[in-house]
Amino acid sequence: MKGNVLQHLAVATATDIVRARSVARQEAARIGFGLADQTRLATAVSELARNVLKYASEGSCLIHEDSTATEMRLHITMEDHGPGIPDVAAAMKDGYSTGGGMGAGLPGTRRLVDKFEIESFPGLTRVTISMVRKRQ
Amino acid sequence: MKVPIIRLGKVLLVSIQVDLTDAAALQFQQDLINRISETEALGVAIDITSLDVVDSYMARVINDTASMARLLGAEVVISGVQPFVALALVEMGRELINVDCVFNLEQALKKLEVTIAARGDRGMGRDSYEG
Repeated sequence: MKGNVLQHLAVATATDIVRARSVARQEAARIGFGLADQTRLATAVSELARNVLKYASEGSCLIHEDSTATEMRLHITMEDHGPGIPDVAAAMKDGYSTGGGMGAGLPGTRRLVDKFEIESFPGLTRVTISMVRKRQ
Repeated sequence: MKVPIIRLGKVLLVSIQVDLTDAAALQFQQDLINRISETEALGVAIDITSLDVVDSYMARVINDTASMARLLGAEVVISGVQPFVALALVEMGRELINVDCVFNLEQALKKLEVTIAARGDRGMGRDSYEG
């Protein structure tokens, strides 16, 4: 966790996916990110929240920032206590899917953000995405 | 929340106005397929101007819906993909939306009219396209 916590959301139902992506967009807009970055973040949150529901049934979404006078820095941490990803390296490759999806989830999400950190083992999967932009 | 499906001659019009949950998206898919079958619609125009997020799941629902509609005999055109939605979808990679896209509903109807005319089965529906 970095800096100030802006939102802490539960991810346990399909409605929570919609709420998480909408809150992520609002927070990004409030900090000053442009429409393109708001959309990237909202889309990334949607992908990650869906993974939580699909593989772990429930989890949480933490939106935090450590912006400075010169930089906007937003981080989103999605965490669950599910079975974990058996092969993280494989899951980060295009086309890999165990959930019957398109397999675009994790690698696609990584391409939307500046920084993508993942740790996963049985009982804990934690993904943190970050977006950093210079203030105009 | 149900997505309203409007019939206009041989074409169905859909405008998705709210952010859909996964379940609502699947319900919409089923409703639309049923309506196509009941009305023997030759085309469907789906406007997604109001969607400010299309993730890989929603993209797949849209693709699948279009494939199902084509199997039944209806052409599908999507309109109103927002520029930032297009940007995010392309950046995520893979061809996430594999359906004909146009700017707005008016163009969607024109495109359907041309495509249906080219198929040469305009007169096959229950009433004429001109209504």
